[in-house]
Amino acid sequence: MDIAHFLDVLWLARFPILKGLGVTISISLLAICFGTVLGVFVGLALTYGVRPLRWIVRGYTDFIRGTPVLVLVLASYYVLGTIGLDLGPFQAGVLALAVFCSSHVGEIVRGALQSIPKGQTEAAKAIGLTFPQTFAYVLGPQALRQVLPAWVNTAAEMVKASTLLSIIGVAELLLRTQELISRSFMSLEFYFFAGFLYFVINYAIERFGRYVERKTAVPS
Amino acid sequence: MSNLLEIRNLHKSYGDVEVLKGVDCTMAQGDVISIIGSSGSGKTTMLRCINMLEEFQGGSISIDGEEIGYETAGGQRHRKKEKEIARQRALTGMAFQQFNLFPHMTAARNVMLGLMKVKKLGKDEARSIAEKWLDRVGLRSRADHFPGQLSGGQQQRVAIARAIAMNPRLMLFDEVTSALDPELVNEVLQVIKALAQDGMSMLLVTHEMRFAYEVSNRVIFMNQGRIGEEGNPREMFHKPQTERLAEFLKTSSFG
Repeated sequence: MDIAHFLDVLWLARFPILKGLGVTISISLLAICFGTVLGVFVGLALTYGVRPLRWIVRGYTDFIRGTPVLVLVLASYYVLGTIGLDLGPFQAGVLALAVFCSSHVGEIVRGALQSIPKGQTEAAKAIGLTFPQTFAYVLGPQALRQVLPAWVNTAAEMVKASTLLSIIGVAELLLRTQELISRSFMSLEFYFFAGFLYFVINYAIERFGRYVERKTAVPS
Repeated sequence: MSNLLEIRNLHKSYGDVEVLKGVDCTMAQGDVISIIGSSGSGKTTMLRCINMLEEFQGGSISIDGEEIGYETAGGQRHRKKEKEIARQRALTGMAFQQFNLFPHMTAARNVMLGLMKVKKLGKDEARSIAEKWLDRVGLRSRADHFPGQLSGGQQQRVAIARAIAMNPRLMLFDEVTSALDPELVNEVLQVIKALAQDGMSMLLVTHEMRFAYEVSNRVIFMNQGRIGEEGNPREMFHKPQTERLAEFLKTSSFG
């Protein structure tokens, strides 16, 4: 392996790689943000929803969680088009990942909310708080602390799952890397390099999660 | 003058099990009433109905003549709107067996939450009220401690301050010393006693018979979902009228 030659090729390919990295980060961020917001509502519905709503949402999460992400990505790109919802590969991919993310976040949020003792809700009621207030000031902040470690996990999964979008032609980091390899034949070097970049993104997410955990820790 | 609290023919069931089988009770401003009885007799359930933490199927509860939780329109009894129930819950303050302090907030914040979000007071005013009440329960110096940093007795005193800072018409105490180590019971009872001497109206479910005897001006003995006997503590404890109460007192800490 010739390091100087690798660096040479890498330097020449810097713009496509950076673009791919940018696309990977955008996909992940969008999927995590939309997925988390939707997931919080899924979690709320699973915990406090009236019965028919709870059943529908339970069916949704079980179905999505039981489906491979790749199938969701392909379905979102190829199947939605047949019912008149024509999304580009980027939008279709983000939609599939966000939906996948929401079902996982929903379960995490449900678990966290259900683990909070009933007495917390009763004490909040007893001082006259309405349910939205109880959620905002009592249940939500306590659930957040419990959700964090599992949420970081899910976020990292989303970054890794973003590679699947290369299959429907989204020019994210993996696809850019593969294009580069087909031209330079330096597969070992560039797969390692791409792997390193994914690691950096996920490491940053993990550090961020730790930071928030530390910031919101309750002294005891 | 109307009664502070008026309970009429209260019925409550969990599924097929009837826990309250028609309870009547009135209470005047400044009354301190202890509810005693063996477990399963319905004393805690009755207290929780007053605060609408439990739904009840029959009868009515009024505070200052205002019906709590339900209204009857066109012969149909239905639950009031959640917002209205939330407002009515603030008419009473409640202290729980398990304290139920909010673990992610300091003692002062626990007390301030209701003042700011329900009473819509500003932060500074809420803080000064919180400090005043924490001072009253002897915990001014612990205002910025989290519940996890306080002993059980201290947590319960904060919980009482949190309830009473809302300036309720009536305080409900649900076995507030049952979860405490014996050496911590007294500090909580002292706080309740001081509140009683200030003229606070209160309803206490308790297993501390000596305390019930000393602090209350009336005692209610619950037996199998009904009021078995009631009267002033001296007569009740020394000359029980029913076999049931005599038996209960014999097995309790008062005997």
